Amino acid sequence: MRSATPGSRDGPVTGAPTDGRLGHVLSIDRSIIDAIVAHARRDHPDEACGVVAGPVGSDTPTRHIPMTNAARSMTFYEFDSMEQLRVWREMDDRGEEPVVIYHSHTATEAYPSRTDISFAGEPGAHYLLVSTRDPETEEIRSFRIVDGVVTEEPVRVVDATVDPNAVQSYMFGQSPTTVDYECSGR
Amino acid sequence: MAIEVRIPTILRSYTGGAKVVEGSGESLNDLLSDLDARYSGLRARLVTDEGALHRFVNVYVNDEDVRFLGSLDAKLSDGDTVTILPAVAGGAFGFAAAAAILGHHGTAGSAPAR
Repeated sequence: MRSATPGSRDGPVTGAPTDGRLGHVLSIDRSIIDAIVAHARRDHPDEACGVVAGPVGSDTPTRHIPMTNAARSMTFYEFDSMEQLRVWREMDDRGEEPVVIYHSHTATEAYPSRTDISFAGEPGAHYLLVSTRDPETEEIRSFRIVDGVVTEEPVRVVDATVDPNAVQSYMFGQSPTTVDYECSGR
Repeated sequence: MAIEVRIPTILRSYTGGAKVVEGSGESLNDLLSDLDARYSGLRARLVTDEGALHRFVNVYVNDEDVRFLGSLDAKLSDGDTVTILPAVAGGAFGFAAAAAILGHHGTAGSAPAR
């Protein structure tokens, strides 16, 4: 099993929240990743975007919410403001928060652009990027963006579609069903 | 006149961590000035130097986006709820071009987190 330890980092890690709530790895269920990739492929060549909500403080993404790209653009995405209000209220009512905010790049790599960094307004979220530039390759990377500082983190895709608590048991044990996406170390 | 204001995570450093605060004012502009008196710096995160509502945030009065209610001139009444959310946007496009599309002229260098 490959290690999930992050490789070299560019920016100062001190920009990250220090409350210990965020791990240095995004663990996410295979079924959610598949749904995100399918959404990105479906909307290609336009950029796709959405949220994965999870219980507040859990750092566990559990509920996939595809959002409309109000910009309907190949190079830009923007949540529809009214849809966002509805979804954010719904999360609030359910005791959830946006654990993952994702979007696709359709012709370039899955790395935050300057636009992405400038707009990033959820310091507690994992910013997941999917590139659909290659129809055969699944290109997924995850970042935290805090005060303009980008920190890449490994993505661990876990097959645990039945019992979400099973994700925890896979974290430290051997499991043939996990896939670790290493940071590229750029 | 009490208006409930819901503060997003990224701006709670200005409100001592509070998720909901109260303020008063007959318009959104008045409300933000009132809040700024107690939560210094908050207004500057929402309003540009030119005096317009920042493109990086969404502000709602009850269930309506204030961009449809006259932005900073939006009228407020006792019992209204004002919700502030960070706009979620980005993409592969160059920042200057994106900012131009969004009508965010002349302030492309001023990221919201500064």
